[in-house]
Formats: sequence, structure tokens, C-alpha cells
Amino acid sequence: MKEYTYYQGCSLEGTAAAYDSSIRLVMKSLGVALTEPPDWSCCGSTPAHAVDRLLAGALAARNLAIVERMGSRTLLTPCPSCLSAFKKAQHAMASDKTFKEEVNGLLDSPYDCTVTAKSALQVLYEDIGTGEIARPVTTALPGLRVAPYYGCILNRPPKIAAFDDPENPVSMDRILAAVGVDVADFAFKLECCGAAFGVPKKEMVLKLTAKVLSMALDAGANCIAVACPLCQQNLDLRQSQVNKALGQSFAIPVLYFSQIMALTYGYTPQEAGLTKNIVGPGALIAARRPVEQQPVEQARSASE
Amino acid sequence: MRVGVFICHCGNNIAGTVDVARVAEETRKLPGVVYATDYVYTCSEPGQNEIKKAITEQGLNRVVVAACSPRMHEVTFRRTVEKAGLNRYFFEMANIREHCSWIGEDKEENTAKAIEAVRMAVAKVILDKPLHSSSFPVKKRVLVIGAGVAGMQAALDCADGGLETVIVEKSPSVGGMMARLDKTFPTIDCSICILGPKMVDVAQHELITLHAYSEIEDIKGYVGNYTVNIRKKATYVDWTKCTGCGECMEKCPGKNAYDYFNYGVAPTKAMNIPFPQAIPKKAKIDRQYCRQFTKGKCGVCAKVCPTKAIDYEMEDRIVTEEVGAIVVASGYGLLDIEKLPEYGAGRYPDVITGIQYERLLNASGPTQGHIQRPSDGVEPKTVVFVSCAGSRDKSIGVPYCSNFCCMYTAKQAILTKDHIPDSRSYVFYMDVRAPGKGYDEFTRRAQEEYGVRYIRGRVSRIYPKGKKMVVKGADTLLGAQVEVEADLVVLAIAAIAAPGAAALAEKLHISYDTNGFYVESHPKLRPVETNTAGVFLAGAAQGPKDIPASVGQGSAAAAKVLSLLSKDMIESEPVISTVNVSACVGCMKCVKTCPFQAIEETTVRGKKVASVIETVCAGCGVCTSTCPCGAIQLSHFTDNQLLAEVNTLCRM
Amino acid sequence: MDVIRPSAGTGEDFAGEIKRQTSQDVAFCYQCGNCTAGCPYSEFFDYPVNQVMHLIQMGLREAVLSSRAIWLCAACETCTTRCPCEIDVAHVMDSLRAAAFWEGRQTEKEIRTFYESFLSSLKSHGRIFEAGILMRYNLASGHPFTDADLGPQVMKKGLIRFLPRNIQGREEVEKIFRKFAERRAK
Repeated sequence: MKEYTYYQGCSLEGTAAAYDSSIRLVMKSLGVALTEPPDWSCCGSTPAHAVDRLLAGALAARNLAIVERMGSRTLLTPCPSCLSAFKKAQHAMASDKTFKEEVNGLLDSPYDCTVTAKSALQVLYEDIGTGEIARPVTTALPGLRVAPYYGCILNRPPKIAAFDDPENPVSMDRILAAVGVDVADFAFKLECCGAAFGVPKKEMVLKLTAKVLSMALDAGANCIAVACPLCQQNLDLRQSQVNKALGQSFAIPVLYFSQIMALTYGYTPQEAGLTKNIVGPGALIAARRPVEQQPVEQARSASE
Repeated sequence: MRVGVFICHCGNNIAGTVDVARVAEETRKLPGVVYATDYVYTCSEPGQNEIKKAITEQGLNRVVVAACSPRMHEVTFRRTVEKAGLNRYFFEMANIREHCSWIGEDKEENTAKAIEAVRMAVAKVILDKPLHSSSFPVKKRVLVIGAGVAGMQAALDCADGGLETVIVEKSPSVGGMMARLDKTFPTIDCSICILGPKMVDVAQHELITLHAYSEIEDIKGYVGNYTVNIRKKATYVDWTKCTGCGECMEKCPGKNAYDYFNYGVAPTKAMNIPFPQAIPKKAKIDRQYCRQFTKGKCGVCAKVCPTKAIDYEMEDRIVTEEVGAIVVASGYGLLDIEKLPEYGAGRYPDVITGIQYERLLNASGPTQGHIQRPSDGVEPKTVVFVSCAGSRDKSIGVPYCSNFCCMYTAKQAILTKDHIPDSRSYVFYMDVRAPGKGYDEFTRRAQEEYGVRYIRGRVSRIYPKGKKMVVKGADTLLGAQVEVEADLVVLAIAAIAAPGAAALAEKLHISYDTNGFYVESHPKLRPVETNTAGVFLAGAAQGPKDIPASVGQGSAAAAKVLSLLSKDMIESEPVISTVNVSACVGCMKCVKTCPFQAIEETTVRGKKVASVIETVCAGCGVCTSTCPCGAIQLSHFTDNQLLAEVNTLCRM
Repeated sequence: MDVIRPSAGTGEDFAGEIKRQTSQDVAFCYQCGNCTAGCPYSEFFDYPVNQVMHLIQMGLREAVLSSRAIWLCAACETCTTRCPCEIDVAHVMDSLRAAAFWEGRQTEKEIRTFYESFLSSLKSHGRIFEAGILMRYNLASGHPFTDADLGPQVMKKGLIRFLPRNIQGREEVEKIFRKFAERRAK
């Protein structure tokens, strides 16, 4: 039974609850147990590192220290912003003794740089593997053609992220293909959606988000898969704002890749948290059917 | 023992941070030293005359000059002492410039160090033995590796100079990269038109033997006497019978072969002749794409060949040539586009490299000179050229400039306008490097006469959008991002070391730098020589360069060869290792460690011992440090001499 | 832009300051523009990224720290990933923004206010309370109706909590902020 320490993060408690619930379902089906670090605090995310690296390091390291005391070496972190905070803190403290001392000087309990944070994608792709991921699949999603959108910081900068290719990542593509989903070749998969500027600089976010949405359509997709709460928020929650401000009429559902996986594992749309999606995936999901039917359908259409 | 020591000022280079007068004073106190003086420029004519005068007047039998690095003037001073009647190896140099005055500011410390260095040199010179060169005959034949424009030029110059010349070319035809070009800058000469005559000359010259589709297997020997084994690769076509008619290629069903000549911009057949003007114009089979070889059934070419030249049983064979000198003109390679993931890493068919575009422009190319998008064959109207695709980029390991891309990019942009008058070309650049004659004017012509839009800024990303490729670059002069929707993107891909360059260097015992290009003896003064006697460089193998520079180096290398082989005998370098047979225990460790394979096992009076091949030994000394019993000694650098230096240093 | 007079220098070594804070040496930047070309925010910046780097090279500290660009940077790491000279450009931008923040600059008031609201919520609860951040921001920024249009959807889907939750280690987190402030004061 594989076990991971799981850092939910503030957004997965709030607006990204569907990401959290769908990951838990997926992990359950894969026989992976998730344990949360007790009394974890916010990692600081963008505002902390935007304002001071030492503060950001300390806010992140407090959590890493908790994980360390649990005796755990890996921290499964679905949110790329939290992930980046942990990875940067770990990297900076491990390579600069002075910085490590400064950070530990702000903490009640020191951190000794032994924890590696990994995204949910990384754990699924590297530790569990596409073979295992395909095992619990019971349901096909024939109507879906997904553009996998990684967002800007999941794989970058390469020295810190140390996962997949920083210009053409394929982990989400391959995971989705492994669960039987039709994946579009999406060249815009890394372009920033506007990040944390949704509240203070909405116009910027809307412009950037519109580009991502339109490039997804251009790639022939009818759905976007994401791995980041901010990307999901910008692309889904703000899609109506994009339409209004830029005179567009996008209606593309934006699902967490784990929600799509949960559906293929046979969970209902409600269980997969699809009720939380603003742009309803409705028709695309309605066409789902058990996997056993596929070969019969294929044989029939092949003979026609 | 009468040692004379001359401390050089080298103007201010040494005297600036070393008290040369005091060094001379201290040196006079050393045992064996009867004369020590300082002088402003010892290497000058008057300086040398001072040495000669002192040798005569003071009856000196050993000379030490404390000055610059021996790499500068050791040869000069050896000649000087020889002219004054001493054996030239009764001379030592102490480096008090590069090793002393130039690396420290403290005059006290530098002077003390200079005194030590001179002391060591005196200790060594006292133990010098007189050494004499021997002469050996040379073969007046030359091997040229590579038949690109540099190699062909070197070969033609050597052959015209009366030397028998052997050329080894690894592809089936001569011509190299220049044969692939459409037009050349800055004159827009048709490349194959000006190269063709050279190719014909090379094939027909009575003193040139051409081994095409062949590679160097190994090289043994030494300057003046190399034995080269050449592997003639199996073409599966008897080239003595093949007329180059091309029937076999036309009928060959093996369609998806990688076309090496066209750099893969279009496929070729398993049976192929590389290009219409190929010399030799003969066919060959690429067996990995051939149905007869991979599946055991086809044989179409054998059926249609009018001269019955096909031979599926053909094997590689080795040919041996003996030569006196070697010219390495093995050319360059191109960066693999997979190293540029932000430009698609080769996944996008409409993002191609400069050489691939050149083949599209060429009337003998796969599209008969019609510029077409590889994806759908449509003529492009917007073409974007990306300079420095990989070059000047230390993050991917190519920190240098590739030399000719700015020029060929301007050329290709001009030709694009010629081919497609209603097209628009953009060039994203960081700098425009156009140093040659007429070069800068040429790049200006592209902008002034041909309407090419130059945008100053690098390209960060290329991605597909519908049928177009979006090129995201910058205009740093305006401080803005620039997005161009291109029909076709041409990358000025970095020039790198030729594939197999390192392996070839090892066979030749020559050095290559961190970028894989061969190292010249001196970057300024000896650009076509290597540190291995008898091996010369020409062309892009030494570093990316354009056609006039390559041709110039080809002729320069030929001049060096002609001069080397102009005498019937050449002198050997006597600073080599010798084996003391009574001390040798026959372990043969030296044989294994010698980088030049200059030591062999032999038997002397029934005892197995090592023996040094005098003419091959390069005097590196690795054997002397390997030998467990001090049986092998490097003349002029014996263990006793080195220990004498150490002893005198440690006693201070 | 004013005439630049390098020989009449102020004696400030801005590039050196950046090097000490980030260990990135702007001398390596050869102004290729790759960062500007790839930056998704270039069109919004007053100085595109490569010009920010050049301003540092030229020692024009005031121009850089009063710019909008350093605030509008999202630290998406595209520049760092692609720089051929291997400069961590995003780190330099972070460092410039931090310097501007602590000097009290308000060039992009909304962004500053947002960061302050977020960090204030973090300090109060130990985790962030999204509705609380929005409320604080709306009041402090003078844009009281920010994202009001999303209200109905957000409420209908149950996406947001209305009451904050404090973690047990709340005081530990507050202590981090306090110790940090003390350190800064030195």
C-alpha cells in the first residue's frame, strides 16, 4: 500500500475543492493512502515570494519541517504554486547555508532540507506509472477531446522543478491517454493564464486567458484539462468575464485532470466534483459509457 | 663546467616586476656559473649576438636564458648556441615571464621566484647531454581527409605541386557542404557551378586517387611515413560497371530512406545517387531501407541495371596507402534541431533549418527549386528567418558564433524574394556579422533592395496556429514583443563539430577543443598546423568558416605539406625516450600507456624488453612516469635532471 | 527619457546590489531579447524585461524601482527557462519587486494591496480566507465591487467559505511575520 504525505493547500480547501476531492478518489482507486501534515499552514504562494524570499522560505519551511518530523521524505502537493514554494525553499536552503540559518531563525522548529515536494502529476507519472494508472479504468469518455494545459510553473524553471520537459511536457498527455481519453496536441500548454492577478489586474488575466481558450479550440479540443487551481479559476470561473469583456462566446469546460481520471474510474460526475465547474461539461460527459462496450463498437464500425 | 646565464628584461614585461640585476647577481654565486648578466631584449639580433660573444669570450659550454616561455623562443636560442659552436641541447630556458613576472605584482616575491627558477635551470643544464637528430626519408605522398571545398583545394594544390595525393571522402560524392548550396554570398554565384570544375579536376587529376564512400580505419606511423588503412564501404554496386544512369534509383520501391544530402527535407530511395552533379556519379544502396536486405525479396535494381552492376554480396574492404603527410579537412556538422524544444524540436514540418531551405531553393533539389511548405506543398508568402538558432547559447552548450549564418540568412532572404516576388521575409537577429569583402553591403542590400524586414531580437517560441507557425520574438530597439504568423520558418541552425570528429582525432593523435573543433598549433600564427608533426588542418574542421576562408586554408595546408615534403630527408626530434635494456623488466606498462603507440615489445639477448620507435615518439614523457624501475628515460628530461631541479629548489 | 550620463555617476553600484541579493550577474546579459519575446506580460509592461535588465546594467535604479513592470511580473519563469546566458531573470525581477515593496512604492497600487491583503489574511488565520482577502482588498483598493459579478455563481456552486478558520499553530505563523519584521528593522 503506497502512502504519501499530502499537502492540500488553501485553494484546495476553498475554490479548488473539486481538485482535492477528485485527487483523493483517484488515489483511493490506485491504492494510495494520503496523510495530511497536522495543522499545516499556508505556504505563502505568490504574494509571499513576490514580497520577500526569506519570508516565503520561512512560510514554506514551516510545513516542510512538520513533514520532516513525520518521518516523511516526499510531499505530494497538487497546487503548483505551493509546489514551487516548497521546491524553491528546499533548493535555496539546501544550497545556501546562510539562507538556511536565516530561515530557521524565523521558525519555531528548524527544517533540515530532507523533503522533496512532488506534484500530483509527478507522483502519478513517475512513481505510479501509466501502466498502473490504466488498471482501474472502467469508463470511456468518447465525446471528449482534451487539451492538456500545464500552466507556467509546474515544470519551470527546469533546475528547480526537475520534472518532465520544460518546453513540451507530456506527463498529463500520457496520463490522460492511459485512461483512454482523446488528447489534442496543444502547443499552448505552458503559456501563462494570468496567474494570481485575477483580482488586482483583471484585464490582463482576461486577455491572457482568452488566448489559452482560443488556442485550445484551434487545437481541436472541446475541453481543457488543468493541474492548477489558479489556471482552473481563470479559465473556468472567469470565462464569462472573458466573453463579456472581449466579445467572445467561449463555452469550453475546464476540468482538473484528476476529475477526468475519476470519471474514467467509474465515479459519478457528482462524486468527481463536476457540480463545482462553472462551465458545465454536460453533453461531453453524458456520452460516457463502460469500457467493455468499446471493442464491440469498434468492430461494428470497422465492418461498416 | 662553464655555465653562462642571461636574464632578459623583455622590456618591462619582466623587468617591471622582477629585479633582473639582482637575479643575475645571485646567479653568479651558483656552482658552475662563470658568467651571468641581464639584457633588455635577449631574443633580438643584438641580444643573440651577446650570447654568441659570451660563449666565445667566456668559453661557455652551457647556456641558460631566463626569459619568456620556451614555447616562444627555445628554438631561436638553440639555433643561436649552435651557431656559436655548442650542441643545441646544451641550452635551457627558465620561464620568468609567464610563470613569474606576469602573474604577480609583488617585486620581492617575483624576484625570489625568478632566482629559484634560474637555479633550477642551471641544475638541469649541468646534466644535459649532447643530443643529435637523425634524418629519415619521407614518402612524397599526401593524404587528404574530406573532399569538401577545403579538402579539394588542398588536394589540387598538392597534386599540382607534384605530390601523389590520396583523398578519402566518407560520403559517396565529393563536394561537401558547398555542393548542397544553391547560391553563394556575396556574389550570388551558383555554388555547384563554381564548385563543379574543382570536383571534376579532383576526379580526373592524374596524381589524385579518390576513395569515395570510404573512411579512415586506422593510421600508424609518423611524419613522413604514415601507413593508413582505409575502409571502402560496401555500396552494393560495382562502381567499375555503374554508369550513373539512374534506372535503379527510379525503379527502386524503397521509398522512405533518409536523404543525407538533402538533410532529410524530403525522403529518397534506398538505392540512390546523391545529386545530379555528383562525382563519382554512382549509385549505392542504404541497406537499412532496402527491401532486399531487410525482407529478403525485391531485386528490382539488379533486374533493371543495364550493366549488371548490382552486387548484394559486396563487402567492405580495406585499402592501405602510405603517405608522408595528412591534411584533415573533415568539415562540420549541424546542431540537431531536437536541441531546440522551444522551436518545436523538429516536430513541426514547416520549421526547417537553413541547409534544408537551401535544398528547397536549389533547382536540382527535391522540389526543383520551387519553395514549398513541407507540410502541404503550398508556396509560402511569409517566411521568417531565425538567426542564432542554437549559436551563442551557452545553456545548450554552443557558446560560440557559427560564423556564416548572418550571411547566408541575408542570401536566403534575397533569393526568397527572387523566387516569390509577392513574398515578405523577416529576419530576427541579435547582431549582423558581415566582416568580409562586400559582406556588409550585401546584408544592407537585403534590406534596401529586397525589402527584407530585419527585427532586432531573439525568438523565444514557435508554435502552430491553424496552418501557420506563430513566431514569438522581440524588437529590443522598440522594447516590444513581436508576433509573426509565418508560412515557413527557417532556422539558422548552429554549426557544430562534424559527426565522428572526436574518433577521427584520436586516430590522428590530434587535439580537439571543448566544442569538438580541431586545435591548431597557434590560434594566430599557425592556423593550419597541429601539434602533431605531419598533420595539417584545413577548413571548417578547425572552426566554422565560410568558403573563401576554407579555400584559403586548403591552399595554406597544401603549402605546408609541399614545404615539409620538399626535402628527401627530414630531421627527427632527438628529445625522445630510450630504454635502458639492462634495467627493463619487460612489464610492458609503457607500451600500454604510450598515447602515440611509439613503444613496442622486442627481444634483446633472449630478454623481453621495451623498445622505443624513435620516429614516432613525441617526447611526452608519460612512459617515464609509468615505468616502475626507471628503465625508460626521456632524453633532456631524465629523472636525474628533474630530481636535480627538485633538490636545488628544496635546499633553499 | 532623460539624458544618461554614466561618467557623472551617483556612486551607486546597482548591478552589484542585485548580484549580492540574487547571485545573478547582469554583465552576462547580452540583450538578446529572448526574455521579452517569451514573456506573456510584455505587452502590459512599461519597460519590457530586457530593458529592465539593461536599466540595471546602466545603473538606473530609480527608473527600475519606480517601474510598473516589476509589479506586473507574474514570475511565470519563462524568461529564466529560456535565457541563453543562464541568468535567473525571474529571480532578479522578484528581488527588484521586493526592494520596491520595502521602499513603500505604490506604482501598481492594486497589486500591492492584493499582496498585503493576502499576507494579512495569512497572518491572522494561519491559512488564507479567500472571502476575507477579497473583502479587505475591495475596501483598501477603492474598488469595492471587484468580482461582484462572479458572486452569484460562486455562491450557487458553494465554492467559497464565509467564515474564517484558524489553525492551531496560528501564533507560530504570526511569530514568523513578527520575527521577520524585527529582522528587517535591523
